[in-house]
Amino acid sequence: MSDTVNTPPQPQKPSDSQESTKDQKHAPVDADPDAAAGAIPAIDPRLLVREQGFAGYLTEFKRKIKGGELGSIPVVTGLIVIWAIFQISSGRFLDPSNLSNIAQYIVGPGLIATGIVFVLLLGEIDLSVGSVAGLTAAASSVLAIKQDMNEGLAVLIGLVGAAAIGALHGFFFARIGVPAFVVTLAGFLGWSGLQLFVLGNTLSLNNISGGIIYHLNNYYFSDVAAAYGLAAVAVAGYAWSQWNEHRRRKAADLPHRPMSELALRTGVVAVLVFVAAYVLNQEDGLPLGLTVFVAVIVLASFVLRRTNYGRQVFAVGGGVEAARRAGINVVWIRISVFTISGFLGGLGGLFIASQSGVADSNLGGGDTLMLAIAAAVIGGTSLFGGRGTPWSALLGILVIQSIMTGLYMEGSSSKAVQSMITGAVLLAAVVLDSVSRRSQKAAGRA
Amino acid sequence: MSAAPVLALRGVSKRFGAVQALTDVDLEVHAGQVVALVGDNGAGKSTLVKTIAGVHPIDEGSIEWDGKPVSIARPHDAQGLGVATVYQDLALCDNLDVVANLFLGRELGRAKVLDEVAMEKRAKELLDTLSIRIPSVRIPIASLSGGQRQVVAIARALVGEPKLVILDEPTAALGVEQTAQVLDLVERLRERGLAVLLISHNMADVKAVADEVAVLRLGRNNGVFKVKDTTNEEIIAAITGATDNAVTRRKARGAEAVK
Ligand SMILES: Nc1ncnc2c1ncn2[C@@H]1O[C@H](COP(=O)(O)OP(=O)(O)OP(=O)(O)O)[C@@H](O)[C@H]1O
Ligand SMILES: [Mg+2]
Repeated sequence: MSDTVNTPPQPQKPSDSQESTKDQKHAPVDADPDAAAGAIPAIDPRLLVREQGFAGYLTEFKRKIKGGELGSIPVVTGLIVIWAIFQISSGRFLDPSNLSNIAQYIVGPGLIATGIVFVLLLGEIDLSVGSVAGLTAAASSVLAIKQDMNEGLAVLIGLVGAAAIGALHGFFFARIGVPAFVVTLAGFLGWSGLQLFVLGNTLSLNNISGGIIYHLNNYYFSDVAAAYGLAAVAVAGYAWSQWNEHRRRKAADLPHRPMSELALRTGVVAVLVFVAAYVLNQEDGLPLGLTVFVAVIVLASFVLRRTNYGRQVFAVGGGVEAARRAGINVVWIRISVFTISGFLGGLGGLFIASQSGVADSNLGGGDTLMLAIAAAVIGGTSLFGGRGTPWSALLGILVIQSIMTGLYMEGSSSKAVQSMITGAVLLAAVVLDSVSRRSQKAAGRA
Repeated sequence: MSAAPVLALRGVSKRFGAVQALTDVDLEVHAGQVVALVGDNGAGKSTLVKTIAGVHPIDEGSIEWDGKPVSIARPHDAQGLGVATVYQDLALCDNLDVVANLFLGRELGRAKVLDEVAMEKRAKELLDTLSIRIPSVRIPIASLSGGQRQVVAIARALVGEPKLVILDEPTAALGVEQTAQVLDLVERLRERGLAVLLISHNMADVKAVADEVAVLRLGRNNGVFKVKDTTNEEIIAAITGATDNAVTRRKARGAEAVK
């Protein structure tokens, strides 16, 4: 089925229509509206193909802003502002030690938020991820410590269990037809109950010192070569994929980015990545946790943007009926997305346990769930389904953690202020999401 | 038209419980021919389309494809034969771009990894051969006009290289200009040698593009007309029942008034 668009024999001379297209460009378009609507193409096909070079880049940018396609512009701007404010007021916010600290704190909640991004892309919500995180950490720790199981096996069982829980939610939602909101609300209550049950009267289990969970978010590749090497690989990979796409599009005679733009993009990525590597090397080196988090995001983003599966997820999020008629197995897509969300929830739970040193009854409770959802939305993933990227999990959680750390450094460790500010940021993000959706509608884009 | 018709229905009947939706219906569509299917509301047009598309299997009669009898029990069977159906509600994904929509469900690529370049190239070729003009193949469907969406939906039906394209009221919701675009497209499908079955309530559209008009009335055939040598009145008479239609009624009334 791959050779599908071979064009059947065409009675007209192919060159015919091409030439008439060119001629018509010079003819007064609105001289005869009926004729224009007829055989003559009314709109130049290349109308929106942007001009090559940076001038074109600017036009395209303006068009996107007008059309409400804000992407990650607001969150990146917000992050810069937040960092600037805290740096100015505290004078040490951008110190490598603090930034390394933040890099450690974002991993657990960030992984949970990545799962939420998948669910939001379907236009659904998963309220259970906090409880699943807590249950996974508790179950793995109990198995490893109280039951003397091999820790690797315990972790594996925990993660498989988390994925199975997600699949169960997906089953109830996709097969039985219970709204996802309600299924996962039940999960939110039920799994945190199971978490308490599993912990029994222990309530808190310290990580096995030097064990797997212990290392997850505390291990550093302290050799400076690690961070720089990974940075070099990342930049090379990025440059290669950009260049490869450029080459293939050029060969296929499709609009492509000019080399200058490729160089600029690669340059920006290189600066960001190497600055990050430098900062991390100033402290303990490359953290295992951050590496896993970014690897998960890169993988998720590849799956969502470049594979059949990802295309199907977006299709279901954009229109269930259309997806169904295109032959997409909507039930399977939904179940699989909730499975991913459950798995990443569990993985996030293990990293939170690692970072806090204990798996206890509070893990995954409190505002864990809310912050994960907030991170995905603040990062720019739409609540309305069909729009978003896993990178929004990273950007969003960075914003939230920066606010928390910054306020803590200001000496106001009180939860009150943190919560109010985070709430306000979330509200701003949702307002932006809704407004951008509205202006997309106005520009005919939603 | 000496060759066997691409699609032929012979004595097709379809019942829904107590409703006899189709009774003994015959229909032929040849390659390179546009057949319009007309009839009043509830005449059974959509039902007929759905039997061809495999949504509702037929109760009695037979379906021939290229002269050979076939059975169409599921949508999959119809697709396999080369039937592409554009339903009235278009079923496009608003958030995906034109290329993604054209290839939705049959993406090009290797090992489940999408080949965007190949898809974009083929999308352009396809749209070019159909002389479809849209601002860019990389903007979301949401930013296209109703007529542009309609032509994308039709183009989407062509990605699978069908032999028969069924269009269920493709112009019902469109303005003058968009209607013209869609009708042009129908003509181009005919030029490419496809068989087209067009459902429409609009006589002007039918007269403009169809070669033949098949009339359904209360689930039965009520005549097949060559568009060239048939007047609107004759077709409308067949739709509403020859002896009793708006024109004859008015004439009768006029006659009574004279008396
Ligand atoms: N799924 C169904 N179950 C029961 N009856 C049905 C079903 N589908 C159609 N019918 C009946 O079959 C008859 C023909 O309906 P159909 O939809 O084919 O009409 P149509 O010619 O398409 O009308 P319209 O111009 O309004 O679209 C109607 O009496 C309708 O009530
Ligand atoms: Mg109908």
